[in-house]
Amino acid sequence: MSAADRDLRPILLRGGRVIDPSQHIDRTASVLLTGGVVAEVGDRIVAPDDAIVLDCSGAIIAPGFIDVHCHLREPGREDVETIATGARAAAAGGFTAVCAMPNTEPVTDNQAAVGFIVRQAQRGGGARVYPIGAISVGQRGEALAEFGEMVGAGAVAVSDDGRPVVSAHLMRTALEYARTFNIPVVDHCEELTLARGGAMNEGLVSARLGLKGIPSEAEEIMVIRDILLARRTGGHVHIAHASTKGSVELIRWGKDRGIRVTAEVCPHHLSLTEDAVEGYNTNAKMNPPLRTSMDVAAMQEAVRDGTIDCICTDHAPHHYDEKEREFADAPNGIVGLETAFGVVTTSLVATGIIDYPTLIERMSCAPARIFGLQGGTLRARDVADVTVIDPDRRWIVDPSAFLSKGRNTPYAGRELQGAARYTVVGGRLIHRAAD
Amino acid sequence: MKGTLGKDLLALEPLTAQQIQLILDTAEPFKEISERAIKKVPALRGQTIVNLFFEASTRTRISFEFAEKRLSADTVNVASSGSSVSKGETLVDTARNLEAMRIDMVVIRHGASGAAQFLAERIESNVINAGDGTHEHPTQGLLDLLTLRDHFKTLAGRRVCICGDVLHSRVARSNIWGLRKMGVEVAVCGPRSLLPHGIEQLGVIVFDRIEAAIEWADALNILRLQVERMTAGYIPSAREYNRVFGVSRERLERAPRDLLIMHPGPMNRGVEIDSDVADGPHSVILNQVTNGVAVRMAVLYLLAGGRPELAAAAKGDR
Repeated sequence: MSAADRDLRPILLRGGRVIDPSQHIDRTASVLLTGGVVAEVGDRIVAPDDAIVLDCSGAIIAPGFIDVHCHLREPGREDVETIATGARAAAAGGFTAVCAMPNTEPVTDNQAAVGFIVRQAQRGGGARVYPIGAISVGQRGEALAEFGEMVGAGAVAVSDDGRPVVSAHLMRTALEYARTFNIPVVDHCEELTLARGGAMNEGLVSARLGLKGIPSEAEEIMVIRDILLARRTGGHVHIAHASTKGSVELIRWGKDRGIRVTAEVCPHHLSLTEDAVEGYNTNAKMNPPLRTSMDVAAMQEAVRDGTIDCICTDHAPHHYDEKEREFADAPNGIVGLETAFGVVTTSLVATGIIDYPTLIERMSCAPARIFGLQGGTLRARDVADVTVIDPDRRWIVDPSAFLSKGRNTPYAGRELQGAARYTVVGGRLIHRAAD
Repeated sequence: MKGTLGKDLLALEPLTAQQIQLILDTAEPFKEISERAIKKVPALRGQTIVNLFFEASTRTRISFEFAEKRLSADTVNVASSGSSVSKGETLVDTARNLEAMRIDMVVIRHGASGAAQFLAERIESNVINAGDGTHEHPTQGLLDLLTLRDHFKTLAGRRVCICGDVLHSRVARSNIWGLRKMGVEVAVCGPRSLLPHGIEQLGVIVFDRIEAAIEWADALNILRLQVERMTAGYIPSAREYNRVFGVSRERLERAPRDLLIMHPGPMNRGVEIDSDVADGPHSVILNQVTNGVAVRMAVLYLLAGGRPELAAAAKGDR
């Protein structure tokens, strides 16, 4: 316990529905946080005199959400997001921790760069930020980056996200080498010769709009390659932003055989189809692209049955001017930290596809387990990273109110159900929803 | 200004059969203007039109310019090579600057699909799409329809096959929508590598062999084969393309009926079309060019708020 932590006032989260899938808890109770850790989950907790008491009636008290895939743009593009603004946006969205992808400028491919992100996050005071290091030096797909030194500096995984690991040999070596450090190798699955020049999903809409399509096979070919390499090497491959029915079937195939494959899906691939591109909406342009309703249904089912382990945002802020242009020239990506929970609640829980314990498992417990992070549980003496959510709160997405610098969302003006009421990181209240 | 077509003409996909019919009917009286000694009527006098061409174009730009001038509009041509991005100024800034000079209409040709709509949503002036990327080229679709109607008198029930590189063709997309809306049966024929995946879902028949297409169709609309398609690996060579998909007199002679031959130009003689077909008795390729001016006059007139029932009168000098 550090000196700062000793100064922390206890927090009593009083009288909510406590859901902690890591301990199979789902009942009405209170949660006491003291000294930066969980003290107790119980019915008749007597709050210490100096405790901050937060009313949780009608709310769900859950282990804090963890986003294993976001882009915080610092260093390099501080004009579109910083670690501080991204971490505050995360907190507002109910995330107590996020993993920052290494496609920064310069690339986060060495211990000094990883250390910089850790320090910036400590100064930022929002959600925790865990750096993900690059797989290859400069993300150029040639030489392996120094996994060991990056892990020593605080990296929790490696990825060349934003681009795929083109060389199967490099992917194989990465999976083998990562075993020493017991970290997942996160791959952005895209077969570039098939996908190159593509601006959206290949299908009826791309044919009509005259936009070059990206076939689902461009993703699936790399998914199965990675699964086969994980089988060969015994390494842990984590499939980033899976988006197609075929990918789900391949991941299921791998899991059935005991291969170390895990996977994530983004809220937009659980809620939107390629139809959102209609009218050349650049805020519906991302990579992988929005797919068909058949794919969305398969992704939803995979979240339900656990084939997809976690839900991540792929939060990708871009400048307004970069998106305000011809569709083919606009960059890929949308922001997601502040809408993720609402989108998932609206499209999966309110529709009866999953329940809250499953949502919390996919957004908190599984991310912590897969990436070896603290949190993801309300066990006594574990870190006090807690999210209190209002499951029934309805709100209209207003990008101008985002704490993120990014405004690029396809959900602007949409009504969502579900929002974070309180976000607590290390026993400290870092977000409180406006009434 | 808002007329019977709405503010803009961006594509044929959103138009109704009645709107297409209206444009074609309005084009009829305008045809005659181009046949006069003094090819000018005052219908658009005082209107300022900018022809904003981000891609090289000869015939479409000239056709629009003749249409505008024959309606007495004041026109300015802005040609810009490359995309707006490489130019440094964004498309929307270019448009807003033009609009600040108080213009009435913009005719835009751009390499990016959706560029015309992008512009139309951001400026008050009427926007006419003169070809956006691989999306649509609505006035080409309309002039093709007019040419077919001239020949067949009625469009419904006719069979038209679009041949060649449908994947990269804005002409093909506008034709598919326009023809289907007017009750024409539509087919496409070309190597599968140059047809959009799932094209059948647009309600067209697909022929893998040109011989089968010729046997089926009343008219062929033969698309230009771009040289870049070979280097990009879509097809092996122009020579083989001509062997397998080229429209030749020999192939046409085996057809059960005479086929009307159309081509949006510019032609690659000896590649997608042989010279004796292009210059043959059933070719209406030059009629398409002539009709292009009339159709564009009709579109300009209607978007400017001209009343269709007065189109015939509008052509008369005051």
